[in-house]
Amino acid sequence: MKSKAPSIPYLIWMLVFTIIPLAMVVYYAFTDRSGNFTLQSFADSLFYTDVFVRSLWIALLSTAICLLIAYPLSYIMSRAKASTRNVITMLIMLPMWMNFILRIYAWVLLLQNDGLVDLAVHLLGLDVPLLGNAGAVVLGMVYNFLPFMVLPIHSVMLKIDNRLVEAAQDLGAGKAKVFSKVIFPLSIPGIISGITMVFVPTASTFLVAQYLGGTGDKMIGDVIENIFQRDKNVGSAISLALMIIILVFIIIMNKFGDEEAAVA
Amino acid sequence: MKKLLCVALCGAIIASTTIVFAGCGSSTPKEEINVFNWGEYISNGEDGSLDTIGEFEKRYNIKVNYTNYESNEEMYNLLKESNSSYDVIIPSDYMISKLIEENMLEKIDFDNVPNSKNIMKRYQTTDFDPKGEYSVPYSWGVVALCYNKTMVKEKPTSFKSLWDKTYSGNILMFNNSRDAMAIAMKLKGITPTTVTKKDIDTATKYLSEQKPLLKKYVMDQVFTEMEGDQAALAPYYAGDIAVMMTNNDNLDYVLPEEGSNLFIDSMCIPKTTKHKELAEKFINYMLEAEVAKANAEYLGYSTPNQAAYDLLDDDIKNNKLIYPSDDYLNKCYTFANLPQDVYDYMQNEFLKVQS
Amino acid sequence: MKNKRKLGSKIYVALVMVFLYLPIAVLILYSFNDGKTSVWKGFTLKWYYELFNNSAIMTSLYNTLIIAVLAALVSTVLGTLAAIGIYNMKKPVRSLVTNVSNIPIINPEIVTGVSFMLLFAFLGTLFNFEMGFATVLIAHISFCTPYVILNVMPKLRQMDYSIYEAALDLGCNPRQAFFKTVMPEIMPGVISGMLMSFTYSLDDFVITYFTRGPKFQTLPIEIYTMLRRRISPTINALSTLLFIITIAILIIVNVWERRAEKERTA
Repeated sequence: MKSKAPSIPYLIWMLVFTIIPLAMVVYYAFTDRSGNFTLQSFADSLFYTDVFVRSLWIALLSTAICLLIAYPLSYIMSRAKASTRNVITMLIMLPMWMNFILRIYAWVLLLQNDGLVDLAVHLLGLDVPLLGNAGAVVLGMVYNFLPFMVLPIHSVMLKIDNRLVEAAQDLGAGKAKVFSKVIFPLSIPGIISGITMVFVPTASTFLVAQYLGGTGDKMIGDVIENIFQRDKNVGSAISLALMIIILVFIIIMNKFGDEEAAVA
Repeated sequence: MKKLLCVALCGAIIASTTIVFAGCGSSTPKEEINVFNWGEYISNGEDGSLDTIGEFEKRYNIKVNYTNYESNEEMYNLLKESNSSYDVIIPSDYMISKLIEENMLEKIDFDNVPNSKNIMKRYQTTDFDPKGEYSVPYSWGVVALCYNKTMVKEKPTSFKSLWDKTYSGNILMFNNSRDAMAIAMKLKGITPTTVTKKDIDTATKYLSEQKPLLKKYVMDQVFTEMEGDQAALAPYYAGDIAVMMTNNDNLDYVLPEEGSNLFIDSMCIPKTTKHKELAEKFINYMLEAEVAKANAEYLGYSTPNQAAYDLLDDDIKNNKLIYPSDDYLNKCYTFANLPQDVYDYMQNEFLKVQS
Repeated sequence: MKNKRKLGSKIYVALVMVFLYLPIAVLILYSFNDGKTSVWKGFTLKWYYELFNNSAIMTSLYNTLIIAVLAALVSTVLGTLAAIGIYNMKKPVRSLVTNVSNIPIINPEIVTGVSFMLLFAFLGTLFNFEMGFATVLIAHISFCTPYVILNVMPKLRQMDYSIYEAALDLGCNPRQAFFKTVMPEIMPGVISGMLMSFTYSLDDFVITYFTRGPKFQTLPIEIYTMLRRRISPTINALSTLLFIITIAILIIVNVWERRAEKERTA
């Protein structure tokens, strides 16, 4: 159990199937079509700065909303009976087993003019276009990635020792105190995994913005999808830039998380 | 929970491995061909139509590995770089000329494809394959303008309506550089068959002016939008507009007075083939009157096959959207291959308009 | 007070479920639509009938399920072992390995897909093979394993080591100690990881698209390539059936578990 050996098969796997493709991306990013060294691809990708910022913003927003929805849910689940808990877990995962494209299409039908949700919003006296804007894109992202926030947080919360909570209460801690001093710090590892698993794919997902967004909501995933087909060099440069930004984000978050967890 | 999960998984594995091995061991090794086509682009037995692939397999005892692609560019990438032995592909016009230029297609031996006599004269030779050596047309169509009669008061006459401020927020546009650019170019007096970077700049500027008026850049979503009365105007492929019109009585079409794109998707045999004769057998089969007719009906696009055309119902034959008059077809343009840098430039500029 | 809170919890869970299942309801509804359109044209069962006559869709479904089950299993084993090993690494190495392992998740799918295609095509010319089932499976394992690691890692960090040591002191060999103490502790993470792997594998089309070769097709690709024309309602019918089967299994398991729970308390 103290050994690093169990990770060896995966390290080898990673070397072949992660490092080599990564090396290819790096190679393409720094070369032109004929294979000579150039930084032109990065210069070309600067044009898409706005799209970058927009995508990261949408990813951040979606992740935050996912966390807000998932956290109480995970907490409720972790306090429920085992059988109930299992059912809820499966019920949360099950919609994701329906095809991604069909799910987005269903949202289009719900949000479009005279769609069910649109009608409901009208009944509330609001008249806003629900489809074809950044809000719809965020909604689609939250929908698609919510389970990936719930699962890790829930699995960590399950193990929070109730005696710790009781001890804190015995020592006179109020509900808010118990939460901020015991439950929240202990659930941080799960939160970090959850944020990683939502934020990272959201930033690079394609098709969601194409279907739910309007003409001004293109995301970097769609841009890369378009460019990479025909120009591996510029496509790689943009992906590499995206990768670095996201890695920096994850590293900062992990550092913060480690400190928080250490304090607790 | 865990136990059941384990049982279920083990069961699945055992079942799957047995089936895989059974599949390997049992039947005598049949000949196989790999056919690579657009999605939803062949009659598949739905609604009593002909099961094209199944029928071929049964008749010739040849196994067909049938897989799909979503765009010409994706098909090109897979063909060029995936080390895969495709035997029959069905790309569009400009992609075929690119493949010919790059020496990626086999010449078809027409002795093995006697049914090629069924092809209409107009389509036997094409701009992208001037001698008709590498490709056999499968399907064609024009681009037309679809509009919603309840939202558009005056019947449009040209693609110019796509720039009409009265319909701001209700206009859809192709989310595909070649088609979108072509519409803009034609309106600016440029023939989009082959173009220069300067032409692309002109079109780009025009498309940027259009962007604020648009509801969305669409491909397949055009169906949901137009059939659900969500948008007023959209350019799209004629066969698809005909389908939309049957689903929504508010819709009508216009063949734009300036002419539009005539696209042709043709069957080709790529150099990756390992069974050229079987591929030719397949193409010959696809050209049979009944088979071609079934496909034309299923696709809703126009057929270049005279024998199949003769078998079609009169209301399809007389549909001017699917089979426009020669006068109109003479106004239409086809796409030819663009030099790599020009084509890249076109796609980049269009992407930049959208970003 | 306690009841009130319970009610609040129930409402909250119910609201989330409405959000999750509203689109699914729409999807199911359209499997009964008499027409290939988003406009309601009347009730029909013909898409279900078409489904069973469509061998291409059935083959694709079969391929998809096999890949998803195998990818989930292999990556769960690989990822759990990896998580344990990585957990025991020293800080700088650990962060490095974790970050590299996240790359397949960070990379846009098309980049991963095309790089796999180039890699497999190169290996294919070297060793004379063509892409197909095996390459798709390898690709899926590669992007699923990081999710397993991400799920197992927090459980390891949360675990109390002294139990494992106690088991050793009490005469277990390391293997026994592992399966008796560590495994139960990290099990929720392992299961979450497996579920996520299965889910991602089931839904992937971009990476599969580029690694499938000329003879292999999965359901998501079938659906994706329909996008140039339109998605056939047979796909909705298929999804509906799969949904009903899964729900049925879920209910059976739940009833079974509840009975077991009662027996235990009784």
